[in-house]
Parts: sequence; structure tokens; C-alpha cells
Amino acid sequence: MTLQEIINKLNLTLLTEEKEFDQIVPSSGYTSDLLSCVMAGAQHKAVWITLQAHGNIVAVAALLDLSAIIITEGAQPEEAVIAKANDEQITLLVTDQPSYEIVGQLWEMGLKNS
Amino acid sequence: MGTSPDPAEQLTTDSGASFITRVEELAYELKVAQVMTRDVQTLSPDVQMKTVLELFRERRISGAPVIDNDKLVGVISIEDLIKALRDSGRSELKATVGEYMTSSVISVHAFDSIVEALKLFSKTRVGRLAVVNKKNEISGIITKGDITRGLLDALQHDYQEEEVRRYRASHLFEDIISDRTSLILRYTIKPGDFTHGGVASSNIKRALLRLGADSQVARRCGIAIYESEMNLIIHATNGGQIRVEIEPHHILMETIDDGPGIEDIELAMQPGYSTATDEIRELGFGAGMGLQNIKRFVDEMQLESIPARPRMVMKPIDGRKEWELTREPTPGQGTRLTMKINLAPKDNFDKSHLNNRGDGKQ
Repeated sequence: MTLQEIINKLNLTLLTEEKEFDQIVPSSGYTSDLLSCVMAGAQHKAVWITLQAHGNIVAVAALLDLSAIIITEGAQPEEAVIAKANDEQITLLVTDQPSYEIVGQLWEMGLKNS
Repeated sequence: MGTSPDPAEQLTTDSGASFITRVEELAYELKVAQVMTRDVQTLSPDVQMKTVLELFRERRISGAPVIDNDKLVGVISIEDLIKALRDSGRSELKATVGEYMTSSVISVHAFDSIVEALKLFSKTRVGRLAVVNKKNEISGIITKGDITRGLLDALQHDYQEEEVRRYRASHLFEDIISDRTSLILRYTIKPGDFTHGGVASSNIKRALLRLGADSQVARRCGIAIYESEMNLIIHATNGGQIRVEIEPHHILMETIDDGPGIEDIELAMQPGYSTATDEIRELGFGAGMGLQNIKRFVDEMQLESIPARPRMVMKPIDGRKEWELTREPTPGQGTRLTMKINLAPKDNFDKSHLNNRGDGKQ
């Protein structure tokens, strides 16, 4: 499943620069709002679902080479965070839906951890 | 770019694939105007072919556009010149350009991508295309040679800097001979500076990749450094220092601060234990997993800390000959965390013992 399919199906809003999302295939998913848990648990190229929207999520995603961050509950990152994400080539997506709903839909789409 | 594709040339190996793709990309990115020859020698149709011969020889060109009243009316090429020579003999050549030129001119726009020019070259087999501007006036001429040169220039521009940097970095440990070579990176971390949290770790990760580190190794270092970096930002009163010493066979990372110290290291090492405030927890820190993560991602770890502790002091009471025993607080004297990642022989930075130099690319 490509990131493009995920963006379409879940109706996610893209905050960062356009990329070839139909070429990006996330490895798995991870959800937590605690950064250290993400550090320990998220797989390479995973999609991370969180309601954190501050700059440190970009740092974490860059260190882990995540495919994208889906920010839930309508949390809105500041411009500086978006700029930082563009610098690090991290894709930020937002949705008004809660994390639980997003994770459920991703799981139903078949994004399961290998 | 050949007009008659040779099947053997069309086979692309995996290693060539990215290069080909970049050239193709560039064919779309580069505009005709960027690679064309601007200083074009033009001719008028009533010039004698004799003059054309001299001009071609003198300026070492093999064709020129023909202009009449500012309008492009044809192209005269060396092939046309040969035809004229065959028809008339060398001494004559009194015929005019108008008689020998090719009047069906194939042109491209200056703002077209060079891929358009390439298509025309392969479709028509002509050697040069006239380049016109929006008003259909001649603004240059483009040959396959111009395109090749333009592509090579662009590729060189693209790759040279990064290649040189990467090459130099990845061969550092081979090129510099000493009994023991190490590279030390130092970073100063300010207290409470959440905005820059993760900057040091991503810089360290990038440096390691540039040095030719395996991506897994760079990732482990990045995570370990990130956790210690955040610890300095959150807990150390005055921030602290990160020092990373890279040697061919291992990476030694150290963070030092003069903060309050850790009261109970055993407790601090327990998953889920944290002294972070609610405010910090709201940012997603304080999971009590930091030291756990570090322990998990490094090969060796050592944590030393001098926490605040009471100091027993015996002193005289108001100059009398009586003594009083008091407890006075001694502030903590900081924490030192040492982490080490050993490199497997295949991941060593010093690859001079290996014949394969290709694995420095990441």
C-alpha cells in the first residue's frame, strides 16, 4: 500500500512539500505520544500516528527514517515545525480524526507490522 | 541519445539505473536556452557559397541559419556546401546560399526542455536545430554536442560537490595515517532548548553516514544521542556537552553535565521511571524510557552521577568552645554518561583492508 492510497483513503491534509507518494510504501505503523516509546518501537519507514505537533516529532522521525507522521485530533504544527520537516524531508499529514480511528482504518487497509 | 538505438546499449544495469534516470530528469529540467549556442553566425540567402566555405572553415562550424529580413528562411549546412562543390568545382562556388539551403527549417523554442530537441533529432536526423524565441526570431542554434555538454555540466554540478565531500569523508581513516586516528565531534546543549532538541543527534547521524557508516549503526547512534541530548535539555541545570569520538572500530559517545545528578541510578534505569514535570510530559517526554533505549541500542554503557546529598558539618557555636553538628546540603555535581558502539569488521570505517571500496555509499 502506498502513502498516496493512505492519504486518499483517510482524507489526510498534507502540510509539507509534495513528494512521489505513490512510490512510498510504508513498512508498518506505530502510535504513541511518548517520543521515547516511538524511538524504541517504530520500525524503519513506518507511519507514526500521534497528537504531538511540536518540533521534536520531526527530529524523531528523521532519526528513525519514518515514511510520514500523521498528526491527529486536528493538532496544528507551527510554521517552524513544517519548515523543519521540509528541511529533513519528513512528510507531515494532519487529520481531525482521533488516533484510534486512524489506526483502525490503517489496520483495516492492511498496514500491519511485519 | 543516439538516433539508432543499439540493443546492447539499451540494457541498463542496476548500478547504471540511477545515473540514467538523472540524465532523463535533466533532459526535462534543462531548457534549450541553457545549452544552446547563442553567438550564432547567420547568413543571408544572397551570400555566395564561396563565402560559406570560408566562413565554415574559419569558424569551424558545420552549419548556419539563413536569415532574410529578420526572418528565419532556411539552414545551410556542410552537406549543402559539399553538394555545391560537387556541382561547380572549387574555383566557382558563385551560387548563392538561397539555391542550396534547406528551406524547411526545423526549430525548437528557447524555453522548451531539451527533451523536445532530442525528440526532433531522433525523428528528423538533422544535425542542428534553429532555436527561436516567442516572436519566431532566431535566438540560437542547438546541436547534439550542445546537449551532451549541457547535460554533463549539469551532472557535474549536481554531483561534484557532494561526491568530493563524501569521498573525502569516507576515506578519512584510510588517508590519514597515524598509530591511532580518531575524529571527535563536540556539541553544546542548552538547558530547556526544546526547539533545538534533536539537532545534535541528526547532525551526528549525518556525519556518520557521510563517513560511510552503515545506516543501522548511524541510526543506533542517533537514537542513543537523541535520548541523552533530551536528558541534558530536560534535566541538566546548565545543559551539557556531547562528545562523540569516532574511531575505525568503534564509536564512543559521552555526555557530561553539571546538573543535579541522579538520586538513584538503579531506579532511573527502570523502565517508566521519570522525574520529568507534567509540563515536559505533555510534550511527549518523560516516558521513563530514555535510558532504557540507550541501553538497548548501544553495546556498552556507563552512567556515573553525583547527586545532591547532605554534608555533615561540625562547627563551633558563636565562638564558644562548644561544637554543633549540622547537616548542610551539597548540590549535585552532575552526570556523565558513556556509550559505546562497536563496529563489526564489515562496518569498520577503515576499509583499507577490504578490496571493495563501493560500500561507503549510502
